Amino acid sequence: MSEAWIAVVVVGVATIALKSVGPVLLGGRPLPQHLTGIVGLLAPALLAALVVTQAVGGDEEIVLDARLAGLGAAVVAILLRAPLLVVVVAAAAATALVRLVA
Amino acid sequence: MTPSRYRDGAKKIAPIGVAAFAFGASFGVLARASGIDSVPAIVMSGTTFAGSAQFAVASILGAAGGLVSAIVAATLLNARYAPISVSLAPIFVGGPGRRLLESQLIVDESWAMSRREDGRYDRKLLVGGGLVLYACWVSGTVVGALAGDDLGDPTDLGLDAAFPALFLAILVTQVHDRQALAAAVLGGLIALVLLPLAPAGVPIVAAAVACLLGWRRP
Repeated sequence: MSEAWIAVVVVGVATIALKSVGPVLLGGRPLPQHLTGIVGLLAPALLAALVVTQAVGGDEEIVLDARLAGLGAAVVAILLRAPLLVVVVAAAAATALVRLVA
Repeated sequence: MTPSRYRDGAKKIAPIGVAAFAFGASFGVLARASGIDSVPAIVMSGTTFAGSAQFAVASILGAAGGLVSAIVAATLLNARYAPISVSLAPIFVGGPGRRLLESQLIVDESWAMSRREDGRYDRKLLVGGGLVLYACWVSGTVVGALAGDDLGDPTDLGLDAAFPALFLAILVTQVHDRQALAAAVLGGLIALVLLPLAPAGVPIVAAAVACLLGWRRP
């Protein structure tokens, strides 16, 4: 089994379980309040870490390269309230352009 | 208020469906660029049905960040669905099989759309909207994964910069208050500090401790 398939199966099963925990297991009982606050912050913390590692991550080092031009283009697109697809295409295009001329 | 129907949910979410199709197509393309074959990419959209976690798996595997990191990061990203599903639990009907199936249609967008003006959630809006999003997401992935075969070198196309841009765009929609902003800044800093020190994947998973900012005394 390839790494991709293992990830697909494990993440799939975990996600199905997470989405059904309320309707199937709990029936209607609430989650303890102190846990709700923590779980709600998981996504922002992890997404920010993904931005950092994907923008400047290298092989156990920080690499500053054309990806930063793409991230800059993405920031501009986000500030202009562009749709998600436009943000992503702008980032890829800016990075490809910098690589082309550099 | 007139009784809501599945069709109303589908109609209400249609504009987002277009975006979900495009988003699914970009997942298909980026998964192929990260070395994931078309079939597992499409199966993942059909079973996981959660954008940010799927992109996390593709980006971490693509950057040789390790299988365990990819799985842990994606599962933690989807951990938010536990409290969301708990909050929706009372609206579901029928036996465990039906509840299990219908609860898979919970995603951020269908959840937000199913909230009525009186603050309660509506099952038919959720299911109607969720089905549209699901169809768009999976069919978009099929198109993207098949088109991804004909792409050239992903770095020439700047596709490696598409990931941080995408995560930033999703992050912006998740930061609703000061505490979420603090968690994002702390998570980003933890990842930045650990980048030169730890093997790939570890900085992402370690950043999860920033969520402890949300701890409240029980």
